[in-house]
Amino acid sequence: MTREEIGNGSEDMVIDECEPEGRERNSVPDEFNANYLKVYYGKLFPHADIFKWMSYGNDGKHPACDQSYFSRREFSYTLDNDIYLRYQSFNSASELENSIKEKCPFKIDIGPVYSVDPAKRHAYAQTGDNVFTPVERELVFDIDITDYDDVRYCCSGADVCLDCWPLMTVAIKVIDTSLRDDFGFNHILWVFSGRRGVHCWVCDGKARRLTNEQRASIAEYFRVYKGNENSLKMVSFTGLALHPFLARSYTEVLKDFFESKLLLSQKLFSAEERYEKILEMIPDESITSELRGKWQENKRSSISKEDTNVVRWQQLKHILQSGRLKAQGLRRCVEEIVFSFTYPRIDMEVSKHMNHLLKAPFCVHPKTGRVCVPIDPNCCEEFDPTAVPTLSKLLEEMNVGALRPDVDNAEWDRTSLGKSIRFFRSSFLQPLLKSCKEEIENSYNAKLQHSKNSMSW
Amino acid sequence: MEIYGYQRKALHSDAISTLPLYRSAPPLDVRLEDFELFAIDRLRVLKGISDGLSRGKKPEEIDNLAKDLWKANMRHPEASEVVNKDIISHFVLRLVYCRTEDLRKWFLSMETALFRYRFRLESAEAQRALMAEFDLPYKAVSNSEFESMKDNLGQVARSIGQPLTPADTKFYTVPFEEVPELVAGRRVFVHKGHAYVAMNQVVSLVATQFRSHLSKALILTNRKWTSSIREQEKDRLTPIVEALCTSYLGPDYSEPREFAEISIRDIDQIAMSSFPLCMRHLFEKLREDHHLKHGGRMQLGLFLKGVGLKLDDALAFWKAEFSQKVGAERFDKEYAYSIRHNYGREGKRTDYTPFSCQKIISSTPGVGDHHGCPYRHFSEENLRAALGKMRVNSRAVEDVMDKVRNRHYQLACTLTFEAVHGTSCDAGINHPNQYFSESQKVVQSKQVEDV
Repeated sequence: MTREEIGNGSEDMVIDECEPEGRERNSVPDEFNANYLKVYYGKLFPHADIFKWMSYGNDGKHPACDQSYFSRREFSYTLDNDIYLRYQSFNSASELENSIKEKCPFKIDIGPVYSVDPAKRHAYAQTGDNVFTPVERELVFDIDITDYDDVRYCCSGADVCLDCWPLMTVAIKVIDTSLRDDFGFNHILWVFSGRRGVHCWVCDGKARRLTNEQRASIAEYFRVYKGNENSLKMVSFTGLALHPFLARSYTEVLKDFFESKLLLSQKLFSAEERYEKILEMIPDESITSELRGKWQENKRSSISKEDTNVVRWQQLKHILQSGRLKAQGLRRCVEEIVFSFTYPRIDMEVSKHMNHLLKAPFCVHPKTGRVCVPIDPNCCEEFDPTAVPTLSKLLEEMNVGALRPDVDNAEWDRTSLGKSIRFFRSSFLQPLLKSCKEEIENSYNAKLQHSKNSMSW
Repeated sequence: MEIYGYQRKALHSDAISTLPLYRSAPPLDVRLEDFELFAIDRLRVLKGISDGLSRGKKPEEIDNLAKDLWKANMRHPEASEVVNKDIISHFVLRLVYCRTEDLRKWFLSMETALFRYRFRLESAEAQRALMAEFDLPYKAVSNSEFESMKDNLGQVARSIGQPLTPADTKFYTVPFEEVPELVAGRRVFVHKGHAYVAMNQVVSLVATQFRSHLSKALILTNRKWTSSIREQEKDRLTPIVEALCTSYLGPDYSEPREFAEISIRDIDQIAMSSFPLCMRHLFEKLREDHHLKHGGRMQLGLFLKGVGLKLDDALAFWKAEFSQKVGAERFDKEYAYSIRHNYGREGKRTDYTPFSCQKIISSTPGVGDHHGCPYRHFSEENLRAALGKMRVNSRAVEDVMDKVRNRHYQLACTLTFEAVHGTSCDAGINHPNQYFSESQKVVQSKQVEDV
């Protein structure tokens, strides 16, 4: 029995329910509880990697390293019974590790790096020179599929399936490309939020030092959806052209996704209720009644082999793009519809404030038991949220692996978590730390040079 | 600045451009006369811009207006003194306009508009130098880079409804975090961390910086003024400063021009055709009640003087009315004196100047008074009735009422003029006598046509 034959998490769970006897020795009842979590924190959670990440190179021996940097970072814990502990800080990797193992938090959040150790915050004033205030914080984004409930019919609320999850994939592609190409950021980590969304951590030095106003401006740059229940049209493009960022997103990602995937998986035109929602976005009575007429006729007789949704979308596009239209509100109607359904919807408040806390990667989601694993933006279409390792599955894998102890490798390497941690290190952490080291050394050299210059005659 | 009575030494400026940023009061010595005169010249420029703005002129028109005003008013016989006049006049006006919230707001808006126009005229290097002074880290985009970016830049411009013209080739790059508002509104092309800012956007940003610096400076100036300067200078500069912001800067109509002379015979007809509403009202009330209270006598009396009514005619006119109410004797005893006084024939012998709109608008007519500005002091109902009597068409009446609601009383009067005479009045009404002479011009030209 090899690791691969164990299969994905969902299959296992089914087998567990049906055949408890055969696997009793290794199987773990599908629960999330403090005991499992304790084992997880004891053997699998990558404490040292988190420490290295959060140190941004300051844990080295170089004279320019800021020894206080890590200890000025805020962590917060949500314990069993919903007890919430803020302003946790640690002076070393082992302090961090011991604290997590001891307290066994159901959720760990990461906050900003403050001007002083959060533990000492009460000694500092609110205003003036010696203030307790955030000085660095990653630029973060939070995208949650429940924000798309008005445009997905397969699930609602906390559920997510393979028909609607691609909305997240599309969001990752659009935002990731823009963060790199438009804003010039390089050290970006995408993480599964454990149930129904994704988080993004932008860790470049420049990003960490952005002010609240600058963060808000980036969030606004990404914002397109601007309505509420009262407006019929959530997306409105009034210019003579689309901004290049939006145009690129449309041609490279959104158009194709809408036409070849979402249209079909969500059956956007198959029922009157559904197509009326789209017709509402067209501010021209003559056009909407013409389309409505066509579709009401066609309900029974569907001679064409082609999918109804595809046909109707083509008809709609044809009328709107037929060229005879000069009306202001119709010029970009097709794009507006596509954007309404597919364009990323980020949580603005999360991104705007330096002191916003965000869940740490590699936490376990209490409701699903799934680990918050990184997602590779370059192949995010392959990511399957229903196949992410769960706590119980990992423990099972560990039990199996214990039959053949492999002293050299870390525990996690014998489980499905191994892939995620290896990816985290090679794609994200190592390049980041290399760049941090360079940054520290360069700024140190620059300072030396400056003081040399100022001392010269 | 040191202000004293004799020759000053000039400050030699090292700036590439002649556009000062007025960062700090320069160590210049200023003659007392120049203190006031320079300020008045600059005030003409600012007020001219203000008029243009309130008349809704487009930005290009404002630019031309500012150019003409600056050329006309801010010259100096000695070329080297031009910059000094610029700087000195600015700082004097700071003292004048720092004293209340409204004054500061007005001054900020006009100085910023002026700065914007002057900045646009500067050469590219001068502009970059100015941007550097404001700590704005902008780099000019080379021609070759512009060519490679042209499509994207054009697309952004079209997306915000401001398509590029062939003249729009000046772009600057700046780290995107320096222009959060432009990024948030997707009003710039962002690439690899750099925002590509168009010239007009740069002007906006620089102007915003200028305005915020000046705003802070004005608050500080106000503090210094109230805490020390006003008291220290109460015999010298303070009266000048306090008078400057209320000064009316047009012709004062104290010397009536020849063609404007009128006689009592014509006065009724002329009142109907060419008096502004304020004077029409006073005139009608005088005819009706055979009396006017002091405020009304001053306002109408000086107006008539400015219009060309000679002293003897004035005395006869007022006597004819007042004696119907109070009798000829009482008129001679109690009222004739003050009319002669207005014409400078009594007492101080100051030849009083007719009131400007500004002064009339700010007066406070009480019970039984009929002076003041009807656009301000009349109720809506009364004003509509009065305009109806002047045969202003209903469309124009609505426009006038709109101006009144927004407290643009002089604009309301201008619109009335335009409606009554069927011509436009680009200069805008600032003075009742101006209304009268403009009106007479139109009336007389029509008479010529009829002949």
